[in-house]
Amino acid sequence: MTQPAPLMPSPKAQTKSFISPSVFGVLILAGVLWILPFVFLSIGQAFLVDALLRAVILAIAAVSLNFLAFTGGMVSFGHAAFVGIGAYSVGICDHYGISNGFFQLAISLGVSGVFAFVTGTLALRTKGVQFIMITLAFSQIVYYVMLGLDEYGSDDGLIINSSSYFHVIDLSNKTSLYWVALAVLFAQIALFRCLNRSRFGLVLAAADESERRVRSSGLDIFRYKLVAYVLAGMLASLSGVLYANLTGFITPELMDWTQSGDLLFIVTLGGMGTMSAPVVGSAFFVSLEEALSALTIYWHFWFGLILIAVVLFGIERLKRLALEFSGRLR
Amino acid sequence: MKQLGRSVLSAAVTAVFATMAFDQASAASDVIKIGYITTLTTPASSIGRDQQDAVNLALERIDRTIAGKKVQVIFEDDGTKPDLGRQKAEKLLMQDHVDLVGGFIWTNVLLAAEKPILDAGKILISNNAGPSQLAGNRCHENFFSTFAENDMLPRAVGEAMNKGGEKKLYTMAPNYIAGKEQVAGVLAAFKGSAVGADYTKWGVDPQLDFSAELAKVKASGADTLFAFYPGAAGIAFVKQFAESGLAGTVELYSTFTIDQISLPVFQSGGVKAVLGSHVASDWSPNLDNPANKEFVEAFKVKYGRLPSNYAATAYDFVHFVKAAIEQSGGDVSNTRAVSQALRNAKYPSVRGAYKIGNNGYPILRFYSQTVVDGPIWTTKVDTLAMENVQDPYAKDCALH
Amino acid sequence: MDMNLALFLTQLLNGVQLGLILFLLSSGLTLVFGVLNFVNLAHGAFYMLGAFLTAAVALATGSFLVGIVAAALLTAVLAAIVEGTIARALYHRAHLEQVLATFGLLLCAQTAVHYLYGPSGLTVPLPDWLQGFVSLGAITLPTYRLFIVVFGILLAIVLWFVMAKTRAGMIIRASATNRVMAESLGIETQAVFTGLFGAGAVLAAIAGGLIAPITGASINMGGPAVILAFVVIIIGGLGSVRGAFAAAMIVGLIDTLGRAYLTSVLATIFAPKMASTAGPALASILIYAIMAVVLAFKPEGLFPPASR
Repeated sequence: MTQPAPLMPSPKAQTKSFISPSVFGVLILAGVLWILPFVFLSIGQAFLVDALLRAVILAIAAVSLNFLAFTGGMVSFGHAAFVGIGAYSVGICDHYGISNGFFQLAISLGVSGVFAFVTGTLALRTKGVQFIMITLAFSQIVYYVMLGLDEYGSDDGLIINSSSYFHVIDLSNKTSLYWVALAVLFAQIALFRCLNRSRFGLVLAAADESERRVRSSGLDIFRYKLVAYVLAGMLASLSGVLYANLTGFITPELMDWTQSGDLLFIVTLGGMGTMSAPVVGSAFFVSLEEALSALTIYWHFWFGLILIAVVLFGIERLKRLALEFSGRLR
Repeated sequence: MKQLGRSVLSAAVTAVFATMAFDQASAASDVIKIGYITTLTTPASSIGRDQQDAVNLALERIDRTIAGKKVQVIFEDDGTKPDLGRQKAEKLLMQDHVDLVGGFIWTNVLLAAEKPILDAGKILISNNAGPSQLAGNRCHENFFSTFAENDMLPRAVGEAMNKGGEKKLYTMAPNYIAGKEQVAGVLAAFKGSAVGADYTKWGVDPQLDFSAELAKVKASGADTLFAFYPGAAGIAFVKQFAESGLAGTVELYSTFTIDQISLPVFQSGGVKAVLGSHVASDWSPNLDNPANKEFVEAFKVKYGRLPSNYAATAYDFVHFVKAAIEQSGGDVSNTRAVSQALRNAKYPSVRGAYKIGNNGYPILRFYSQTVVDGPIWTTKVDTLAMENVQDPYAKDCALH
Repeated sequence: MDMNLALFLTQLLNGVQLGLILFLLSSGLTLVFGVLNFVNLAHGAFYMLGAFLTAAVALATGSFLVGIVAAALLTAVLAAIVEGTIARALYHRAHLEQVLATFGLLLCAQTAVHYLYGPSGLTVPLPDWLQGFVSLGAITLPTYRLFIVVFGILLAIVLWFVMAKTRAGMIIRASATNRVMAESLGIETQAVFTGLFGAGAVLAAIAGGLIAPITGASINMGGPAVILAFVVIIIGGLGSVRGAFAAAMIVGLIDTLGRAYLTSVLATIFAPKMASTAGPALASILIYAIMAVVLAFKPEGLFPPASR
């Protein structure tokens, strides 16, 4: 008698060594990112450190999206809304004179969590293109709400007078901000790696493959997906908190659908599904923007071409590499 | 192992990519470096182009020399986005090591970028944006502008309406801070009665169909309509105004909607309703002074079109800076002296000589103007609408 | 006639006119998605190109109608090229990849137009017989808007006729309902695909050409338009032209009436200053809120095509 097919696919790489090749790669990446600012400063290009910071903060938002889209099959076109919520948590608190970082963090996580819960409950009743559109709709709603609130600057933007105060860490210092951002980034990468290999991640991945099969084993898919969605949203809001501290100035455009599109591009460009994808993707994205816009005012044309080329020629190859060497499922 | 290689490779490529974009700025002290932040992409780049062309024309006419040193202007694009504007400001400061920064069409971009510039001890001279935030108690000794504070232009329009004998006013503007400020400015000066106000949807997807609001204007019995619709929305608004039949019965006054940037578009589209509409401005292509005559003629010859008021304030910016640096001893790094000199600078402005207020904003003359027909549709000065009026925030500014 | 009633009827007409433009914009999109399962953000580029081509040709020849026809033909050619090269390579890819690639295409188109026609866009001059007003009793309506309504209704009827009464329509409906079955019955699906893609693009171009005399042709008009079109087809039901029509009319009417009356309605409850801020903001959100509600409770849309 043949063995019944397993209900859930077995994880591809049960690594025996403590540090698998993929983990090693990420550690090297972390090391490189750690040193880069010093390299840039020593060649007199302080401006590049700023660009690096922006890339890291963008990557933080991309990590949770990477998990949502690749493992959970939930392609959210409204992820930028969470970044915006994080940023405006800092901004609005500061507007009322509250610069306590822990308080702002609590607001950011709380509001983004509630928002993710409410919108997720509605959005997760759909899938595919409908899911893409409904997440887009929700982020547009947040965008227009913030646009309409004159008190918080609306289109003119909100100036943030003091950075978040976290007793021991001084976020107004760019170096500290960078190291905090790096720490948050790699903490999230580690967290999602663990999640991917945990039962939680396995269920999500399997559900993406075939909901019917997983449901028949008695699991409530909806609950798993919702938890993933809320978690991703809350973690993405951290990106916004850091962004507000970086720029000291925020506008509702942070939450526009084109920003969510940029995040999706970053995740795809980096080779969706790998651990380093968000970092690689956002580094490429930021440098591409900088390099192209310095060359011509018509740089969006070349950007569009690169986008098309990456999708047509790059994705499959990147995906295959990712699947072979990142120890991922499927 | 492959992932390791990929990671290292991508980091290296990233570094190469990034460095590729930036030139090694040489910190030569015999070059005066001016950063200029304007809009060079998006439909609004028609304004940025006028500023850029005017600056380049002015540089030509001063032989690219100030106080015996060469002048280099580095243009950066803000894409109308405040965060981009701030990024570019930081790039100009940290990478290009500019001596002062000019430009700025948009108030929100200026507000985002001013902190790094002023904190770095550099001089900032706006050529169009005039936030009230920098006019009062947050005024700064290194902040100047070649154009009036934001409230002054709509006030001049209100005065122009009074001079024109208008009685019943309906206002239309987009629903964001600038829109509300413009309307508030007009109402502050207008002595007639306001019979209606509409704020239309703004944002990345602004409302472009004004049929509903224009129908309400007709129903209200207003004899005057004030509109503020910058950019593509302005073109749409004027076209619909033309088609609504209001052109004969209602006098149209506007700010930032009908100007030498949009008039050629209206002319080629045959939108005759703009003819006879009113604007107020501190400048007109046919303003009668020697500096302006030279400027307009040279601009026409070099670029084949008439300059706009954005070009005028940008052209003046170069001469303003030149006069101040030369009148302060020629050392641009002595910010204190240059700032003092800017405050008292005498230079041949295309708008005629004017004084600078204690908060760095100029005190200008505004003229009521009408759009006139001709080989090139343009604006003609009717009468003086407002002069010697300083913005109301200056009294809160501690500077003298 | 009562001034308020006259105003209301004017707004109603404006809503219908907006709805018809939205219908032209989204009917092609819903079919392309329904049959090809292809998410096409570049649809907004066809809309924008339609506006620019109409304007350019109209300015060159002096005739608005020649402009529209020329724009439709040129767009058909462009669409065929795009379909053959880029779209075809993406049919079997994930939706996300289609979104990203077509977004890239939209960016290219926008920048190309910026390069060719400059940043300020173009305006379209209308012929004399389309300018001015028509009096219907005590209401005066702009002739051109009436023209759009009549033209839009005619096109809608033609579309309905093609879909319901012709063999081509039957093939399209069959492919939309069950592509595998249609293929096994010997239908040339690739020809259907190219034809559909082209037809959808032409309809979008016509919509752009029709709206251009009112709002002008501007570089960035494609992005918001295509998002709005997706909202319409999601509400209506993906793959259903009937649904697109209903949803377009609903969205057009609600958006127009909302903009016209929401502020006054809110002013009866709240302070006028708050109402004048909240009103327009709420009007913008309304459409997305409706889509969210429809998706949450009837994800397949209001009038989905008959399922397999």
